[in-house]
Amino acid sequence: MPLTTREELRELRGKYEQSLTAEKKKILVCAGTGCISSGSLEIYDRLIALMKEQNIDCAVELEEEPHEQTVGMKKSGCHGFCEMGPLLRVEPQGWLYTKVKLEDCEDIIEKTIAKGEHIERLAYQKGGTVSKKQDEIPFYQKQTRLVLEHCGHIDATSIKEYFGIGGYQAFEKALFDMSADDIIAEISDSNLRGRGGGGFPAGRKWKQVKSQQTEEKYIVCNGDEGDPGAFMDRSIMEGDPHRLLEGMMIAALACGSKEGYIYVRAEYPMAVSRLKTAIAQAMEYGLLGDNILGSNFSFHLHINRGAGAFVCGEGSALTASIEGKRGMPRVKPPRTVEQGLFDKPTVLNNVETFANVPLIITNGQKWYKSIGPENSPGTKAFALTGNIENTGLIEVPMGTTLREIIFDIGGGMRDGGEFKAVQIGGPSGGCLTQKHLDLPLDFDSLKKAGAMIGSGGLVVMDDKTCMVEVARFFMSFTQNESCGKCVPCREGTKRMLEILERIVEGNGQDGDIELLLELADTISATALCGLGKTAAFPVVSTIENFRDEYEAHIYAKRCPSGTCQKLKSIVIIADQCKGCSKCSRACPVSAISGKIKEPFVIDQEKCIKCGACISTCPFHAIQEG
Amino acid sequence: MNTKQFMTIDGTPVEIGEEKNLLELIRKVGIKMPTFCYHTELSVYGACRMCMVENEWGGLDAACSTPPKAGAVIQTNTAKLRKYRKNILELLLANHCRDCTTCSNNGKCKLQDLAMRFNIQGVRFPNGKTEPKLDDSSLCITRDTNKCILCGDCVRVCNEIQDVGAIDFARRGSKMTISTAFDRPIANSPCVGCGQCAAVCPTGAIVVKDDSKKVWKALDDKNTRVSVQIAPAVRVALGKELGVDDGENAMGKIVAVLRHMGFDDIYDTSTGADMTVLEESAEFLRRLDTEQEFPLFTSCCPAWVQFCEKHHPELLPHVSTCRSPMEMFAAVIKEHAKDSDKKMFHVAVMPCTAKKYEAAREEFKIEDMPNVDAVITTQEMIRMVKESGIIFSDFEPEAVDMPFGMMSGAGVIFGVSGGVTEAVLRRLAADKSKTGLISIAYQGVRGMEGVKETQIPYGDKVLKIAIVSGLKNANNLIESIKNGEHYDFVEVMACPGGCVSGAGQPYVDSALRASRGKGLYRADKQCNINRSEENPLMTSLYDGLLKGKVHELLHVDYLKSGKH
Amino acid sequence: MSQASLYAVVDSILEEIGNRERNLIAVLQSIQEHFRYLPKEIFPYLSKKIGISEAKIYSVATFYENFSLEPKGKFVIKVCDGTACHVRKSIPILERLRKDLTLSASKSTTDDLNFTVETVSCLGACGLAPVITVNDKVYPAMTPDKATELVNQLKGEL
Repeated sequence: MPLTTREELRELRGKYEQSLTAEKKKILVCAGTGCISSGSLEIYDRLIALMKEQNIDCAVELEEEPHEQTVGMKKSGCHGFCEMGPLLRVEPQGWLYTKVKLEDCEDIIEKTIAKGEHIERLAYQKGGTVSKKQDEIPFYQKQTRLVLEHCGHIDATSIKEYFGIGGYQAFEKALFDMSADDIIAEISDSNLRGRGGGGFPAGRKWKQVKSQQTEEKYIVCNGDEGDPGAFMDRSIMEGDPHRLLEGMMIAALACGSKEGYIYVRAEYPMAVSRLKTAIAQAMEYGLLGDNILGSNFSFHLHINRGAGAFVCGEGSALTASIEGKRGMPRVKPPRTVEQGLFDKPTVLNNVETFANVPLIITNGQKWYKSIGPENSPGTKAFALTGNIENTGLIEVPMGTTLREIIFDIGGGMRDGGEFKAVQIGGPSGGCLTQKHLDLPLDFDSLKKAGAMIGSGGLVVMDDKTCMVEVARFFMSFTQNESCGKCVPCREGTKRMLEILERIVEGNGQDGDIELLLELADTISATALCGLGKTAAFPVVSTIENFRDEYEAHIYAKRCPSGTCQKLKSIVIIADQCKGCSKCSRACPVSAISGKIKEPFVIDQEKCIKCGACISTCPFHAIQEG
Repeated sequence: MNTKQFMTIDGTPVEIGEEKNLLELIRKVGIKMPTFCYHTELSVYGACRMCMVENEWGGLDAACSTPPKAGAVIQTNTAKLRKYRKNILELLLANHCRDCTTCSNNGKCKLQDLAMRFNIQGVRFPNGKTEPKLDDSSLCITRDTNKCILCGDCVRVCNEIQDVGAIDFARRGSKMTISTAFDRPIANSPCVGCGQCAAVCPTGAIVVKDDSKKVWKALDDKNTRVSVQIAPAVRVALGKELGVDDGENAMGKIVAVLRHMGFDDIYDTSTGADMTVLEESAEFLRRLDTEQEFPLFTSCCPAWVQFCEKHHPELLPHVSTCRSPMEMFAAVIKEHAKDSDKKMFHVAVMPCTAKKYEAAREEFKIEDMPNVDAVITTQEMIRMVKESGIIFSDFEPEAVDMPFGMMSGAGVIFGVSGGVTEAVLRRLAADKSKTGLISIAYQGVRGMEGVKETQIPYGDKVLKIAIVSGLKNANNLIESIKNGEHYDFVEVMACPGGCVSGAGQPYVDSALRASRGKGLYRADKQCNINRSEENPLMTSLYDGLLKGKVHELLHVDYLKSGKH
Repeated sequence: MSQASLYAVVDSILEEIGNRERNLIAVLQSIQEHFRYLPKEIFPYLSKKIGISEAKIYSVATFYENFSLEPKGKFVIKVCDGTACHVRKSIPILERLRKDLTLSASKSTTDDLNFTVETVSCLGACGLAPVITVNDKVYPAMTPDKATELVNQLKGEL
């Protein structure tokens, strides 16, 4: 039944708030993509089945009538600690169970649900310390989860639970208590900067769109999180979809828009289905549609799925894609705020940006500015991945240092590796090294260090990672994803990749580093769109920080980290070789020769580095060097 | 009050006028700004990045997509810009078949020209596109994807101006190409052969098919009598390549030169156009009595005819059954010479690429031999003249040959949009005085606009006439007709502005194309006869050669051809 | 499949999604979901129905990675080669899968149309790197051996 007045919404929210607080016991099974892939849904089903068997009252849906004795069973959004999944949160104790298996279900019912006992083997343990509660785990201790606060704590598929924790309060306030200018002033004053990479002030964008004198305007959410190694937006869309909707609705209210689009990567099927559910629910309650809550504000939301093109993260390519065209960026001006989607003024923000909006409206810009540094207030979600102990999704105040993230939250390097660099900002970003460990992560200081926040992917690399190969990897990505429109990006990245490929294959030439830098300069200066302009950053940044590695590849034909296959050489240690000829017989390309009982030698020209000789040598006389 | 606005380009204050972007303003002050993908008539694409300029803060803007702003200060030629332009050229050349000397666009290629201007002396990258990769399927154009620099000009012409949609971008990134659907041969696509893609192509990636070899062979053969007809638009479009101004009527010189080169009989297609006027007027009057829902569409333009066949077959019954002037004339010429003992070879010099296709149509063959044996474009004729070592300007004008050496000014203006309509109106008009002629000229039929409409009283009726050029305009008109708009007569020319802008002509900007049109109207004025029916040759033809053969020689039934 | 039934599928999709140019990508996605690829035969029909050229539809279809003009396998295995997976050695998994199914970079689908192996730039499951998906189901923390095992298991499900 659609709500038609503010009072009805308040009343309903009140009921669900009560109901949610009344619900004493509940189990939140993480239903993020990570935990699902580790089998969390089977656990969810198993727990329900077991409770039914044992006549334990359980409710999968929040009801208006509070019921204290029932166990609430919820599918929550992503906790961010995917590696420890499947994760289970037990309320009211706030315990977090990790790596839960189907076999554990009986115990959970018997001990935890029935008797309220903690199961120690399921708790997170590190270095002999057992962390019962989520907040006690070092991974979470240093985080400030605002945007991700609901992820893992409420049922991601239920608008009722969203009501229950005060959902759509910000929208209600904006709709009834604030003018469009008030909203824009609040967002502007909060200094909320776009989380999609550029860090453009959201309030200024909204103001520009509001000032356009056209009937049609659009609110577009960029959920095309294409940076490899980033999944913050995915978690928000999957774990707290209503928060995103609410943010977009407030933007529509502020700018005078009646229609919005959410563009989601095709690789995120679950985000699409959760958003669809959320939109349907919001429509059912009259929060989307015409004359919302009896006001004269109308807003409709559509979902567009991407079809596999990284470049569609660029604003004008994204709008072209929604229009059914090739996702090729167009020249600017006109800018998106003047002529965006269907040539109409358009607010284009990413998921995380919109998700910040309800917080600012509810708590006020002053509160928001109290978090993080003045010029980049608020928090930032990062996807922490790579050769690090704790991988996952984290949220920290802007200005947190890299050291805190890697060593406190991330738990340091994995497998005893040594920290070498962090790649930040994906294919458009750069790398940060030892000397940047105490750099505060925010828009401006990163820019100064030659990197960018981008959407927030942090890939940590250890000393066994070859930086030239990393640069090649990113260039190959960008080259593959270049739309092909402008010459510098299409042809330039192709040539840069060609050079990087020959370097990692041991065919680098004198002058290649200079040629790479020259091409990088041309591409950055002349490419048509933001993606092209930043395409060469990973290369420039690795050359700046690890020039010696490049030189080793080019001049000494050596890969210092031992990563580059083609630069490996296999040698026979003469002292240890007994001349038995086993290796020579095992070699598939007849690269090994010698006289019996004398040391054999490998012809490096013929050798294909297959390693067959190493495993056949009874005297361990053959080594990779 | 002084409302003039200025900005500074390379240190010079420049007044900002109506220019849409910096590029136009920069060119206005005489700076030759390099670009591959900018055309005034097309949407701004902004992909070649050659027209970047440096602003006062050292940032770069693409001139093609930046509007002029009062007070702005820009530089067009800094060390930084030169370096980037050179690098972009080098990148393009690295991915380009570089057999310039044997390329049919040699000397006209923008890439070649800019490589020369920017003194590119080496390419530091390996070249993967050394061999041509040809699509030779069309009779009108040849495509070589290995010479393509992906500026997208052809795609935009084909879609934005012509609405033909034969080609588009395919794939992306460095695998991107310009292609038909499923990379089919262009002949099996919706392509109508208008050749506008070739006209705008900055390199040799799309070129007009060359048929000059066939003509040389015929000229060299002692046992072949070679006749040639020259289309109206050719005479005003030789341009600087032969040392003539666009718009200057060089017909007399062309005749003299071709005669010198060995052509035996030289005629003017305007004579064929006179026949078309008479036939089309008669057809129009016949139809007017039957009060048809659809107008009569002209049929002179072969690209338009093919556009109907491929895109709007339902309109074919409304397309005039008149053959084009070239085909009417060729039929007459061949009929006249049918008893000759010599082998006859008839050449048509046309501003048009689609004529090559028209000449090869089954409808225009007699015993498997086409009436027009070879169509060469203006450009091919220019090349042949150059190959002959002739100094064009040294020749004195000569007259065309008899017995078909008479034409009216009405036939001459066929070469420009609105010309066919004006010629037909002259035929239909009751007032045969000089002032009557002039009044028709002021009915809104002239000018290079893509869509022109006029209403002419005829008897107790008012005739509603539309003149469109550019197939997108034609498509829009068809749409409005289908939505109930009524017209009696519609002239369609595929190329914007008519045949003067044909893809077979040397490519020039729109201002020069307009002066070609004006040149044809001047030529008309200089003719003694301005009405087709007053051409004495017509009377003798209809009383003689054409007697009982009008239908056979001058008409065609595209509907029956069933090629679609 | 007969032309008529092919067109009937397209008609019902257009009915549901709409037949304006802006619907093109969604329409192609639906068609691909139905047929597991975009059959050539639908292009002229779509062109007429949506009112844009066949070349333009081809242009859009070939721009986006997810569209396939060739039939794909019953099991579409996507190996994530996003940064996180790449640094945790996703390429050896890809190589193993290709070897097991005798596929290569240029040949991504088995002749019996049972398996397709392709890479994807990031599935957003970086915390579980390296991951692969089979028909959108995510398999975390893969190794080449696990991949072989999975293929054998899938073969059993055929």
